Amino acid sequence: MLNYVIKRLIYMIPTLFGMSLIAFMIIQLPPGDYLTSMLATMAESGQNVDPAQLEAMRRAYGFDDPIWLQYWKWISGIIFRGDFGYSFEWNRPVADLIWERMGSTLAISIAALLFVWAVSLPIGIYSAMRRHSVGDYAFTFLGFIGLAVPNFIMALALMYFSYKVLGQSVGGLFSPEYVEAPWSWGKFVDLLAHLWIPIIVIGTSGTAALIRILRANLTDELNKPYVVTAKAKGLPEYKAVLKYPVRIALNPFVSAIGWVLPELVSGVTITAIVLNLPTAGPLLLRALISQDMYLAGSFILLMGVLTLFGMLISDILLALLDPRIRFN
Amino acid sequence: MTVHPLSTGTQPAGDEAPIVLSVEHLSLDFRLRTEILHAVRDVSFVLRRGETLCLVGESGSGKSVTARALLRILDRNGAITGGRILLGNQGEEIDVAALSDRDPKLLQIRGGRIGLIFQEPMSSLSPVHTIGSQIIEALRLHRRMDKKQARAETIELLRQVEIPNPDKMVDRYTFEFSGGMRQRAMIAMALAADPDILIADEPTTALDVTTQAEILDLIKRLQVSRGMAMLLITHDMGVVAEVADAVAVMRYGRIVEAGSAEDIFHDARHPYTVRLLNSTVKLEQNQRTAARAETSTQARQPVLSVRNLSKVYGASSAWFGGNSHALKAVDDVSLDLYPGENLGIVGESGSGKTTLGRLILRTVEPSAGTVTYHGAGAPMDVTALSKQGLKAFHRDVRLVFQDPFASLNPRMTVKEIIGDPLYVSGKMRGAAIEARVAELLTLVGLDPMAMERYPHAFSGGQRQRIGIARALALDPKIIIADEATAALDVSIRAQILDLLLDIQQKLGLSFIFISHDISVVRYFCDRVAVMRLGKLVEVGTAEQICTQPQHPYTQSLISAVPNPDPRNKRMLHRTRYVA
Repeated sequence: MLNYVIKRLIYMIPTLFGMSLIAFMIIQLPPGDYLTSMLATMAESGQNVDPAQLEAMRRAYGFDDPIWLQYWKWISGIIFRGDFGYSFEWNRPVADLIWERMGSTLAISIAALLFVWAVSLPIGIYSAMRRHSVGDYAFTFLGFIGLAVPNFIMALALMYFSYKVLGQSVGGLFSPEYVEAPWSWGKFVDLLAHLWIPIIVIGTSGTAALIRILRANLTDELNKPYVVTAKAKGLPEYKAVLKYPVRIALNPFVSAIGWVLPELVSGVTITAIVLNLPTAGPLLLRALISQDMYLAGSFILLMGVLTLFGMLISDILLALLDPRIRFN
Repeated sequence: MTVHPLSTGTQPAGDEAPIVLSVEHLSLDFRLRTEILHAVRDVSFVLRRGETLCLVGESGSGKSVTARALLRILDRNGAITGGRILLGNQGEEIDVAALSDRDPKLLQIRGGRIGLIFQEPMSSLSPVHTIGSQIIEALRLHRRMDKKQARAETIELLRQVEIPNPDKMVDRYTFEFSGGMRQRAMIAMALAADPDILIADEPTTALDVTTQAEILDLIKRLQVSRGMAMLLITHDMGVVAEVADAVAVMRYGRIVEAGSAEDIFHDARHPYTVRLLNSTVKLEQNQRTAARAETSTQARQPVLSVRNLSKVYGASSAWFGGNSHALKAVDDVSLDLYPGENLGIVGESGSGKTTLGRLILRTVEPSAGTVTYHGAGAPMDVTALSKQGLKAFHRDVRLVFQDPFASLNPRMTVKEIIGDPLYVSGKMRGAAIEARVAELLTLVGLDPMAMERYPHAFSGGQRQRIGIARALALDPKIIIADEATAALDVSIRAQILDLLLDIQQKLGLSFIFISHDISVVRYFCDRVAVMRLGKLVEVGTAEQICTQPQHPYTQSLISAVPNPDPRNKRMLHRTRYVA
């Protein structure tokens, strides 16, 4: 098992190198650079820029260097000094900007993930065991609605509901009076009062998908001979189902963890913008629009790294859950 | 048809063992989409302490659902519509059919009073739990043991079913066991709570003959030592003859005849029973020796020569880690196939017989050796053929598959399936294909009108006929049939074999017939090659291999084949081969 993990980690090195190249190429692909897009913005608002000053900045930032040298500067900083570069737009180190957003991003995503599991697991099992019953149809209907309604519409509807009916301040994670306040019980309660909207909005589509996956998988497993064996042994039906087929049908749940990590960064951008959440998604979008190359590049690289680690984690969990994978 | 009571046997009534379970007029219905299927109608039988009742019938006769009804584990759309299942319980009787679904008594009966073993040892145990944990669970359910006691008892049970190193195997997973070992573990689980009745639903169908003999032996010994009643469900009359005290023959959901094993085998009254027995006994004789003179094979030129053919798996190591355990799937095999000859290849699973077939077709690349084909033109070295040459070779050498359900595309009509090789080879188009397909369908005994229908409209035997028609489409010289009759019922099996023999006479084909079933090979083949662990251990005429095998391994293989005659049980004096 340890050998397997070490082997996987070593295999990741060439993949990471390739990913960093691609990330860098992506941010170099659009014509122009940060300065041209800054120039355009300033010209729009009627300001004049001194070409000499522009040239000086261009040299200072190293935009005139050959591509490979720019890449080397960027990647060596990350590897040797943990320095992801400097955000032109925010005038701050990229690392600071990203970490600042990571806390809230992580909190929302993990809460949404737990919501998805807590809801879809029992419903999926129920739907599979009572297929074509009224309850199954009702949950299937709700699930498809959750899947079909775009997230931002759902976000707007829930915001309106919470403002009109519950009288809450909408948007963000805290009420205005708590945003800058130190942590207290009141602030925590306020956080919970705000958190439910993004959790439901982000969670519903995932919930619907997982219910369907679990229902389909479990339906296949329920007819396997080993389930009959378990029943013939004298186990009550619910125990026989929970212990044997559900355990095997859980594999897709675990595999899904691999996709959850990159989703943390970019997945819910639109929802985050609508709900004014301080997560990483809007920051990434802004960086891409303004060609803030080091910030955008670091985000793309980070997403790649998270995908790789997510896959590694889910593979390890899968091996722990399923001995057939562990022993082959 | 009236149902004969089981007491018509030869034993006087006073000597009979006490009845532990009696089924009276049981009927089962299944609600299907458009109709109600009467799966079991008015079935009655009794199980006696220490005795074995064999329920015999072909697929779809309702024997498995009857067994499941005894435990009340029918599918959701099935229901008991009439009759009683009386389980004797120290004087008082429980009617299992009348218990409610949630009755705790039902849970006690399942596993506690009645144990169940299934056909598929591969899938009837959970792959993600250890063997031990699945048996311990049964012990803790019915015998109120704590974990430590249950574990010790499990190891003891595994020892009783003759699993070596039971204290280590208890923590292993099912996929680390061979098929026979899994079936042993399954038996240990069924016996965990010391049940009065053991139901074995085709317990050896998926196993090799030698493993089958050992498992049947084991079940019989355990049954005798524990005094259990057993209900054995099977389609194999040979197995019935070896183990049954009483036999009930089922057809279309009814018991058509019941009696002692002696009566059924030597004094069968119902025409269906007679037919079933005949098709089994028929396979005991060779069909070919009478048909041909033996002298001719030596003088003639072989149509296919295999020389020193080997296939090694896993020899090359990957650049990173990788394993160096080489597996010799086929090891230095040399064979000749003569024109018009049927060559059988027999062996247990894992002996390399299927791989050999694929190597000859070169769908798997051989590691060493040559295959030479003497077709119409000059001799062809198959191992050196280009892609184009291989295409031509595949026109002359065709394959018939084992599973008639999986080998036909369900979205193609019969015409498309059979016409596909013609179309691909570019030989024919349009109406010509249609005429040829009609001709082929007539040849395999199907109505040419059937060509517009899809495979789901046909039974297993008919589908296999379609598969054969497809193999014949390009006028091949050699047909390789890989377990072509293994998935079929015994009466259909004989029909398909007769069909192949008939076609062979008409078209002058040669067959390579790969099978684990000795009786089929004996019926069908001129010569038989016996394989073990990739090596050819013996080649001889079918009669010689079956009656006077030379190699000790062949002897043990032949002696493990059940004999469909209860007066002459072959398995009692079988030999074991220890390599």
